[in-house]
This record gives sequence, C-alpha cells and structure tokens, in this order.
Amino acid sequence: MSDIADRVKKIVIEHLGVDAEKVTVEASFIDDLGADSLDTVELVMAFEEEFGVEIPDDAAETILTVGDAVKFLEKAAA
Amino acid sequence: MFDLTSKTALVTGATGGIGEAIARALHARGATVALSGTRAEKLEALAADLGERAHVLPANLSDREAVEGLVPAAEAAMGGLDILVNNAGITRDNIFMRMKDEEWEQVLEVNLTAGFRLCRSAVKGMMRRRSGRIIGIGSVVGTTGNPGQANYAAAKAGMIGMAKALAREVASRNVTVNTISPGFIETAMTDVLNDKQKESILGTVPAGRLGTAAEIAAAAVYLASDEAAYVTGQTLHVNGGMAMI
Repeated sequence: MSDIADRVKKIVIEHLGVDAEKVTVEASFIDDLGADSLDTVELVMAFEEEFGVEIPDDAAETILTVGDAVKFLEKAAA
Repeated sequence: MFDLTSKTALVTGATGGIGEAIARALHARGATVALSGTRAEKLEALAADLGERAHVLPANLSDREAVEGLVPAAEAAMGGLDILVNNAGITRDNIFMRMKDEEWEQVLEVNLTAGFRLCRSAVKGMMRRRSGRIIGIGSVVGTTGNPGQANYAAAKAGMIGMAKALAREVASRNVTVNTISPGFIETAMTDVLNDKQKESILGTVPAGRLGTAAEIAAAAVYLASDEAAYVTGQTLHVNGGMAMI
C-alpha cells in the first residue's frame, strides 16, 4: 500500500472504530464499515485536513469506498 | 450554572433590540462575542461598551457573499465558533393579496435562507469539535400566524422546521439546534405599533405586558450553556403566555 493509502486507512480506522483488516480497498464506508451519511461527511473533512486539499461536494459524493478515497487523494497529490 | 467562559459566539442582527441583549448576556456570562449587523457604527459602539472579548463583523444578510464569509470571519477572529445565534430578521408587512414578490423574497432571504447558509457553514467546525450550539430566533407568529405577515410567519415557521431537521442530523455530535420564539417584545420592531394595536395585543397576553429583550436573552444563555446539552430540536416560547403550545 502507498503512503497515501496507509494514511487513509488510519483515518478510517480511527474515525469509524473498525478493525484494520476490514478496511480493504474495496470496503464501502456505508455498506461494509457501518458508517452513516454524517460519518462520510466527517471522513471527507478528515481527509481534507490530513492531506491539505479541498474535496468539492460533487467529488465527495463519488467517494464511497476506501479505494475511491485513495484514488482521489493520489490524483490530488500528483 | 450557565457559565460561558472561553466560549465563542456569533450573533447576527446585534444592532437590534433582541440581538444586542443576547450579545450582552452571552458576553456577561464570559463568552467572546462577534457582533454582526448592517450598521457598523452601532456595532462599534456596542463593542466599545462591552470592552474586551468583542469583535465587530458587519454584514448585510441579503448579500449572499457576505453571508458565506461571516462564519469563517468569526472563526478567524475568535479561533473557533461554539455558539451561533441566528437573530437577524426583517419585516415587509402587507396583506396577503397585496404582497409583492419582492416583499416575500426579501423576508425569506434574510430571515430563513441566510440562516440556513450560516448554519451550514458553522456546523462543520462544530461537528469537528464535537460540540456546538445553534440558536434561531423565531417568532410566535411562526406558530400562530399573524395578518399582514404571511412572509414573516412563513420564514419563522421555516426556521423551526429547519432547526428540527438539523438537530436530528447533528445530535450525535453534541451539537444542539433550538429555536426561541418570542411573543411581543419591546423593540424597534414593535414600537411602530400604535396604542390601539398595542392595547389589543396586550388583551391576548395573560402576563398583561410586553416582554423585554433581556427575557429573550436569558433563554439564549440557557440554550447556549453546557447545562442545556440534552435540549435539542426544541422551540422555547417566551411570550407571557399569549400562546401555550
């Protein structure tokens, strides 16, 4: 896993209080990790803070899985 | 009880009677306050009177950009925002059949839509900090209606519904959202009533008098306090008994 993926994973584990092995690339925040819609907003805010980027609402709506977040943030960092 | 030391508060419409009283009361309990309103001079005078812990942030809430900038400016000035008081409000009274679109739109824009935008902007930081207080100043007419005030009553009723919806969304993050609904209070807004109107209003108020701005401010202090943590989505009617709901 890349450095970005590790940091994303760490945020997800901390924020949702889930076991590390559940946080796979394919894991959906809502369907697999038990997040509610407010949690997903907070995750996006936490990603913004950690990576110093702004994630616009229309982009945030497409971030549904751990992999989606990593992909978005890798692109933003590139 | 009701200590607000080290809390930060933004009060819109702080040049009005109720807004000023709320700002004074929050400040007296120890809060740092950001005073917003359209009349900068009046805000400066109030800030000077309060002394320390007072910031002036003039804004016209019918200007969308000014609204969007207000919460970030308050957060920057005070290092965060714990308490948002959406107090600013205007009236453009007219009987329903004569009410112009502009009268309707202006009142909805300032009284309801600006409040929505301020809440949206403030709730982000509050969620992150896991604490916050949002207080809307509604009106008894939002619940009972009032002839000549379809626009005002609609906006005030809208504030109550909005507060309840937001309260449900953010309750788990220790952010509370409540509405204070004043009855007839001695302010510039009620000064325009003639004696006959005042007399007929007082006939409907069991307490037999108009309320004071300080009595609304006391309700705001309570809802802003840590002690009110379990009160959310509520409408606190402060009206001398004129409507018991």
